[in-house]
Amino acid sequence: MDSILGVHETALLYRARRMEVLAANLANADTPHYQARDIEFASMLDGAMAGVKLASTQTGHIELAPGAARDTLKYRIPHQPAQDGNTVEADLELARYAENAVAYQASLLFASSKITQLRTALMGVRG
Amino acid sequence: MSTFDIAGSALSAQSLRLNLTASNLANMHNVSGDSSDVYRARHAVFRAASEPFSNVLAGVEVLGVIESTAPPTERYDPGNPQANADGMVYASSVNAMEEMANMISASRSYQSSLEIINTAKDLMLRTLSLGQG
Repeated sequence: MDSILGVHETALLYRARRMEVLAANLANADTPHYQARDIEFASMLDGAMAGVKLASTQTGHIELAPGAARDTLKYRIPHQPAQDGNTVEADLELARYAENAVAYQASLLFASSKITQLRTALMGVRG
Repeated sequence: MSTFDIAGSALSAQSLRLNLTASNLANMHNVSGDSSDVYRARHAVFRAASEPFSNVLAGVEVLGVIESTAPPTERYDPGNPQANADGMVYASSVNAMEEMANMISASRSYQSSLEIINTAKDLMLRTLSLGQG
């Protein structure tokens, strides 16, 4: 981790991505045969911490975004699948979405205080 | 696709569903002298806007609007100006209970999509102001 924001940068990326996944689940709450999906925090964070990188053999190679390598969606196992094959449980998805939003804010707060900390170090404590 | 696109597609799909329900309920008592001419309940068919098993996220898209194949109810009503030569009229087969249930489901889904957009907007605005003050 060479970013000044540390692990929180990856955490924010993960939370933003998960927000999209959960939004897609809820958007398809009434779509027949739609299978709800989610991504695991642990697997994505592990990937980022271990520093999974593609070998760059040429100068023009672009580095992979953190966490992108492990960004695989997994299917949810429903408690009560619908008759039409839909496995979205809207209430649970909404609860997860709320939890994810709070976690996003927490990471944002950590990142923000890191910036404040750096600014204090650079400028000293002034008014 | 961003959260806003995904939730936006859900809003548009659910509002179409609400419109169809409104149309079905408004035309519930239509009668016609010709059984092929009578109003038929319309329903939207939804589909996830991505290939199955792909890793690409997608919103919902409306595949089309289908008309109910339920046969219209036949009724003897010679006084009706719409009645045919035998004095029969055909009433549309809209099921009010089904339509009301559909309406509640659509409005709930619409609400949750709206909530998603609001939360996402709030978070994005906070992210934009990261590091300020």
